[in-house]
Amino acid sequence: MVESTGPARLAVPDSARPFPKDRLLDAYRLMVLARVTDERCLSLQRQGRIGFYAPHSGQEAAQIGAASALGPNDWVFPAYRELAVALTRGAPLRSIFDQLVGNSADRLKGRQMPNHFGFREQNFVVASSPIGTQITQAVGAAMAAQRRKDPIVTIAFFGDGATSSNDFHAGMNFAGVFQTPTIFFCQNNQWAISLPRERQTRSATLAEKSEAYGFGGLVVDGYDLNAVYGAVAQARERALAGKGPTLIEALVYRFGPHSTSDDPKRYRTDAEVATARQRDPIERLKADLVAAGRIDDASDHRVWEAARAEVAAAFEAAEKTPPVEPRSAFDDVFASLTPRLEEERAEYATLVGPGGTKP
Amino acid sequence: MTLVQAVNRGLFEAMRQDPDVLVLGEDVGVNGGVFRATEGLFKEFGADRVIDTPLSETGIIGTAIGMALYGLKPVAEIQFLDFIYPAFDQIVSELAKFRYRSGGQYPCHVVIRTPYGGGIKGGLYHSQSTEAYFCHTAGLKVAIPSTPSDAKGLLLTAVHDEDPVLFLEPKRIYRAVTGEVPDGDHRVPFGEVRLVREGTDVSLFAYGAMIPPATEAAETLAKEGISAEVVDLRTLVPLDEKSVLASVEKTGRAVIVHEAARFCGFGGELAAILAEKAFFSLKAPVARVTGYDTPFPYALENVYLPNADKIAHAARTAVRAG
Repeated sequence: MVESTGPARLAVPDSARPFPKDRLLDAYRLMVLARVTDERCLSLQRQGRIGFYAPHSGQEAAQIGAASALGPNDWVFPAYRELAVALTRGAPLRSIFDQLVGNSADRLKGRQMPNHFGFREQNFVVASSPIGTQITQAVGAAMAAQRRKDPIVTIAFFGDGATSSNDFHAGMNFAGVFQTPTIFFCQNNQWAISLPRERQTRSATLAEKSEAYGFGGLVVDGYDLNAVYGAVAQARERALAGKGPTLIEALVYRFGPHSTSDDPKRYRTDAEVATARQRDPIERLKADLVAAGRIDDASDHRVWEAARAEVAAAFEAAEKTPPVEPRSAFDDVFASLTPRLEEERAEYATLVGPGGTKP
Repeated sequence: MTLVQAVNRGLFEAMRQDPDVLVLGEDVGVNGGVFRATEGLFKEFGADRVIDTPLSETGIIGTAIGMALYGLKPVAEIQFLDFIYPAFDQIVSELAKFRYRSGGQYPCHVVIRTPYGGGIKGGLYHSQSTEAYFCHTAGLKVAIPSTPSDAKGLLLTAVHDEDPVLFLEPKRIYRAVTGEVPDGDHRVPFGEVRLVREGTDVSLFAYGAMIPPATEAAETLAKEGISAEVVDLRTLVPLDEKSVLASVEKTGRAVIVHEAARFCGFGGELAAILAEKAFFSLKAPVARVTGYDTPFPYALENVYLPNADKIAHAARTAVRAG
């Protein structure tokens, strides 16, 4: 792994920290599961069965490689495109579909748009929509861990667009000043909705921005599970050793639209997407596994079939789960209901039920 | 003891009570805060718990949120309310919504202390009272003391609360108002007004630095035979509606005083509550004595700000109206 001095260079996979061989097949299954989820959800949204979806296809190796290098007590501060990170942390697929549907089993109680997951047990902090806000929060949690002398790191996931945000600057700056055990993991998927990476910054790389904040940054091939894992594992070791934060730029491509509300044909060509898709991280890992004799076409077929069955079952169960209780809309604004919220809830209650309006 | 000293005592008390309480902000450490609210904390608790941060409000509140999620109890200082806006996204989109958007998984208890208000020759950017922005956001509590005792008591309640609290300190009366302050773990509950002065003819609702002129107006009115009740709201969220309504049911007249601009100010909400719930008790139109709908002018701050004369005039008008 190469730490940048001046413009960051493309790092090569760190042979000292390869992805654990005994977990490779599991990682492959996760990548396939995440991809199948993506494809199914785009279609479910078109059918009106979920309200929205933000696909991550193309970013599976970056997300699963990074999340696999973390410890169970590390804290993840995701953006809203980190479904594969959530799965890697151990979030149940069923819970993910409960959130996408927004049903009564949803951990978020049906309050957030799809993809804004949050899983306390997995230290996967609940995401929001504003760009970059989780970055300073990840640094604050790392400052708290420092104070308590907990041997953990925090990792902020964000995209290329977020490097232009206020909180990227503030978070990187605070992390540098306080030398926090934080990993800044930027998935540079080349497009912030319609804006290409070149229009986000004049910097040659995003990783080199770390230089100005006084710590190291590096660029990795985000399609390469080993490279991503090695980069994050190394950054984590440095953080735990008290050597401060690291910025990692994982080069990927957003194969799909920004979200189901986006039409990427307005700003990029099919040819560009097709070229990017030739570097599919799943195909890449599959080729490695085939070469190593760990998988063949028949067993690969079973991996995909198993993923499709798992996704179908998870969605079906989520869709059948009863809807959110309407009166719960007033809960969790504060630790307990204020008199005003009690009044509003009572007002709502008089409007529904027999003879009243529908909720 | 002055009001700012009481804030300081409250911080000492909270930090001695609980090792998870820490203070962060600009110039809060070695310098003790530009108003000296954090004076002495650095010496007693060290750089680990009294953190001088880089000059970035979004950095201060964003990191405070991360600390709170992790389990600490950060008390963040924003040097002036006028400078809070770089952190507006963190406060409004993040802090206020964490508990709700996580389905209760991630409560986020941060206290934000910040001096607010005019009358100190602060011009446009050291004088504003923009509490309404924050009262309008679900999930934030807003407390504003007007006495040293309440400054300590409300601050300790804020630190021990489970929800995010914006604690607005009336800097104009940081040193102008003095009073007794109980020692130890003195707490003043949220959502309970303070009855400053009882009266029967008109209710004067105010908070923060507007309590002294409202009280002065009541004294003037008393000499004219008008009995004015002065009610200190103390917390705008949660609001003690019950006491507000009880006061107007008694007096039949309401004058609302705040130094914030009138349009969409907190007084508008209060007036609406009175219209909705005390309409048949009202003998006169609800009056508002507030800052004007202009930016805050440096050389003309006494034109802008409510004072005892303006308040007394509004009260007399209300009494004469019916």
